[in-house]
Amino acid sequence: MTVQPMTASTIAKKVVNQDPFFILDVRNEDAFADWKIEGKNIQYLNIPYFDLLDGVEEILEQLPTDQDIVVVCAKEGSSIMVGEMIAEEGRAVHYLRGGMKAWSEHLEPVKIGDLKDVGELYQFVRIGKGCLSYMIVSNGEAAIVDATRMTDVFIDFAKTLDVKITHILDTHLHADHISGGRKIAEAVNGTYWLPPKDASEVTFAYESLEEGRTITIGDTTIAIQPLYSPGHTIGSTSFIVDDTYLLSGDILFIDSIGRPDLAGLAEDWVGDLRESLYKRYKELSGELIVLPAHFMIIEELNSDGSVSGKLGTLFAENHGLNIESEVEFREMVTGNLPPQPNAYQQIRETNMGKLTPDEETQREMEIGPNRCAIR
Amino acid sequence: MIKTDFILDAKGMACPMPIVKTRKIMKEMEPGKVLEVQATDKGSTADLKAWAEGSGHYYLGTTEEAGVLTHYVRKSSEDEQVEKKHPHIVSNEQLKAILEENREVLVLDVRESAEYAFNHIPGAKSLPLGNLESELGNLDKETEIYVVCRTGSRSDVASRKLAEAGFIKVKNVIPGMSEWNGPTEKVV
Repeated sequence: MTVQPMTASTIAKKVVNQDPFFILDVRNEDAFADWKIEGKNIQYLNIPYFDLLDGVEEILEQLPTDQDIVVVCAKEGSSIMVGEMIAEEGRAVHYLRGGMKAWSEHLEPVKIGDLKDVGELYQFVRIGKGCLSYMIVSNGEAAIVDATRMTDVFIDFAKTLDVKITHILDTHLHADHISGGRKIAEAVNGTYWLPPKDASEVTFAYESLEEGRTITIGDTTIAIQPLYSPGHTIGSTSFIVDDTYLLSGDILFIDSIGRPDLAGLAEDWVGDLRESLYKRYKELSGELIVLPAHFMIIEELNSDGSVSGKLGTLFAENHGLNIESEVEFREMVTGNLPPQPNAYQQIRETNMGKLTPDEETQREMEIGPNRCAIR
Repeated sequence: MIKTDFILDAKGMACPMPIVKTRKIMKEMEPGKVLEVQATDKGSTADLKAWAEGSGHYYLGTTEEAGVLTHYVRKSSEDEQVEKKHPHIVSNEQLKAILEENREVLVLDVRESAEYAFNHIPGAKSLPLGNLESELGNLDKETEIYVVCRTGSRSDVASRKLAEAGFIKVKNVIPGMSEWNGPTEKVV
């Protein structure tokens, strides 16, 4: 018997379908505690590969015989080694091809819905890191919102739909992942849009995302209306698409809200965050479907693997939208902050164009979980 | 430059090979010796540290230069479990208090130079146990000497050697650097 590869895509489908399976994670214990493949029906065993160099006999009993076993490590080398040892004992076993690196980079496209006249909206779920990107398609043209650095995925997807990418937008200057927006704009000769208040230090040309400037996709069919909603960053801008969808960036998530501290100004921006969530969003139709730029926990995934929720439902159920006292809100938002994302300062500078790390370094900078939200 | 006993060139090797090779060399090394591992795999720092802790060896530290990580690990030595025999001992806290008085004393650190490099008491003199005898002539027999190592066992051996050679004010510091919470400095 030999160890078989399993792709990140296959595992993503298992997670979405809530299939039970077993992960033997052979990274060291700190890495496992920090960040792992999450899923409702996954069972885990974490034993570092360096504790298994003398053999795997001792753990065989702990491996199930009625479920797929996937050995996982950082880049795949150790998981192949341990997988081979298990296979030699006569057990069926897989390894995650490309390791957690591939898991972190995998994007799963999900169709959110059709637009009113002609067009569709797609969500790209970066399931290993909790990032969400969007493609709005209409009449042969496409806009992309909050693209990740895996730009080929978006460009290839547009090709299979036979549409031309014309506009690329970022809701804000990201601190947790490297934006692919500028790179896509260069590759397809499209227009890159950024909120000017987040872009004061950028080193490249961009179009200013401002309220009142409507962006149209394909024969003026679809309107993207920017809505200034500061709080996560000072420039944070939401989009209302086709009067139906609210792309909320990192301001509002399904079960949590944005954190205001990643540009170092938590105290200053908490007021903006409250104003955006409790006043500006409150005035919008409760029927709008909220499409955030992140999810925090796997429970936020719908049964088709997408992440969305009605604004009215969120106002009823999202804890972060139901704190009446301003003092209490301030306390929760500034006093209860999770650890900052790995390398977030370098990521911000990369997104400003100040740093140009190579691909391997970009990968290292993004390793780990997403930490943009407060629950 | 940190002096080590063995060097493993694991540059260009992908995980798991740096740890697999380290483990193999450490098996053949004598207890107490220090291995230098040169690697380019970024994950090797955390893995080597976790592996050393789990297997009873001592991870001393890592330096980085031009994309090359240099890790230092010391093989555990059995004699660290033997009973302390030198009769004159002070605790870490007592030594800390003595150093705060700014008296004329010598702190003699008898760990390997790689251990000293990453973490030592300011002003301490580095004299690895293996070099002690050849260096005895350079030490003053009247000086108040506080001998320190990681856990108090190598310094016990050193204290007895010093006493036998006629040093009269020698005290072994118990337990030593493993639990030292006073000021430290490094030279890497």
